Amino acid sequence: MSILVLAEHDNSELKPATLNTVSAAKELGDVTILVAGSLCGEVGEAAARVEGVEKVLVADAEFYAHALAENVSALMVSLGDKYTHMLAPAMTSGKNIMPRVAALLDVAQISDITAINDSATFERSIYAGNAIATVRSDDHIKIITVRTTAFEPSKAEGGGAAIEVISAIDDVGLSSFVGQELTKSERPELTSAPIIISGGRGMQSGENFPMLEEIADKLGAAVGASRAAVDAGFVPNDYQVGQTGKVVAPDLYIAIGISGAIQHLAGMKDSKVIVAINKDEEAPIFQVADYGLVDDLFNAVPELSAELEKSQ
Amino acid sequence: MKVIVAVKRVVDYNVKIRVKPDHTGVETTNVKMSMNPFDEIAVEEAIRLQESGKVEEVIAVSCGISQCQETIRTALAMGADRGILVECDVELQPLAVAKLLKAIVQNENPEIVIVGKQAIDDDSNQTGQMLAALLGWSQGTFASQIVLGEDSAKVTREVDGGLETVNLNIPAVFTTDLRLNEPRYASLPNIMKAKKKPIDILTPEQLGVDITPRLTTLRVNEPPVRQAGVMVESVTELVDKLKNEAKVI
Repeated sequence: MSILVLAEHDNSELKPATLNTVSAAKELGDVTILVAGSLCGEVGEAAARVEGVEKVLVADAEFYAHALAENVSALMVSLGDKYTHMLAPAMTSGKNIMPRVAALLDVAQISDITAINDSATFERSIYAGNAIATVRSDDHIKIITVRTTAFEPSKAEGGGAAIEVISAIDDVGLSSFVGQELTKSERPELTSAPIIISGGRGMQSGENFPMLEEIADKLGAAVGASRAAVDAGFVPNDYQVGQTGKVVAPDLYIAIGISGAIQHLAGMKDSKVIVAINKDEEAPIFQVADYGLVDDLFNAVPELSAELEKSQ
Repeated sequence: MKVIVAVKRVVDYNVKIRVKPDHTGVETTNVKMSMNPFDEIAVEEAIRLQESGKVEEVIAVSCGISQCQETIRTALAMGADRGILVECDVELQPLAVAKLLKAIVQNENPEIVIVGKQAIDDDSNQTGQMLAALLGWSQGTFASQIVLGEDSAKVTREVDGGLETVNLNIPAVFTTDLRLNEPRYASLPNIMKAKKKPIDILTPEQLGVDITPRLTTLRVNEPPVRQAGVMVESVTELVDKLKNEAKVI
């Protein structure tokens, strides 16, 4: 089996989600990483150092700089006959590009896989994680997005893959990048943070989120939120953990003022240790929490902050 | 301009689903069904484009069993002008739905198609991207804002690190994210009016589309249940447990 992994990157850094996807790919066969970007040589070199990777393809062109689906999918389709599987992390970029690749190749996509049973059989969660489907694809090429939290990351160093520069195919000219507004933060990214502290509707206002940020900074954690908190406008959408936001599985997940709606649990219930602080003792979040504390968050959170301060 | 919105009938988001005892799927008989929430956002966006004068007609399309007409009626009650149901009884996967929608697009010649970014039943997040690919159109996925021009559109997209804005040639497919708008409730008079709006019924055969499923579901299981842990009495006890028992801080 020969497997192509689409690298997630920002033209200067290989994103950790790629490492988890490589691990999934290694279960299937020989791994080639595709880096499509602009002035992305460093990313190609980083990809070549990932343990267990055979080959890295680098396609460098200005119109690959922002991973526009129309252009990257055309490139991947042009490589299609060489691979049995094409994988990308189930992040916004992979979710955008891969179904386009699948349709152009007239095959199904298997979204957000959580396990690989054999080269054609995969597990994926449906209904917000309330059921797990085992599906088989008989298509000649399998197009797959990978739930990164379900696969351990491969080591970023130790590999020595050959780098091959491939030529870009033409700009398909359907779309162009205008700009971006990325949330600036010194904290780790949600999807790769070892600790996450999330706030829900109970936070009452976006003005109260700095309380969580204070704790996050003490723990080296990322700050997340429930859909309710995003819908209420407390924080931007990229904070959202859940079925319709990000799926995370940190070592420690601290849920503050989050009731635990099904769709939120879908995004965090694979966390190793879950802590819930909520004043409603009936809140469903307590059914999945390893440690629960029934308390008003406006008492408990400052106390938690002080306690962590003391013990540092 | 003409807009097509695709709407899917799914198990209502408030229903706690049950896996069938024979592990062939999820129980959907005698379960409340509703329009996929992201599709409601798609319908709302189409209607707002019409209200702003940029769009003349909004057509709501659904693919599936006869009862999907109810989902189309909901879209008509919100304000869509007419409906099309592609009726069939077999399981429809995203690639098949994209092919059916492509056939309808070729009949109706809309400039814009709007669909939800994902359905809350199979959580695939594929159909809009696949349709754009099959039509050779641009795609604006996970949209939080759509600004429609004459022959192009500026779409702001929800991406992992924040927001991204792209410029897309029209015709285009947009897929909706949560913050694009807040869907309206249909008023009673509009619900009554919707009953008189036409729904055309077609079949995959009439459209000449092969809808054979490409993925075979071998079984559907309950997820592993997470054991509830312990309740602690104080923040001090919590920090102590995290340090010395769980050893995560």
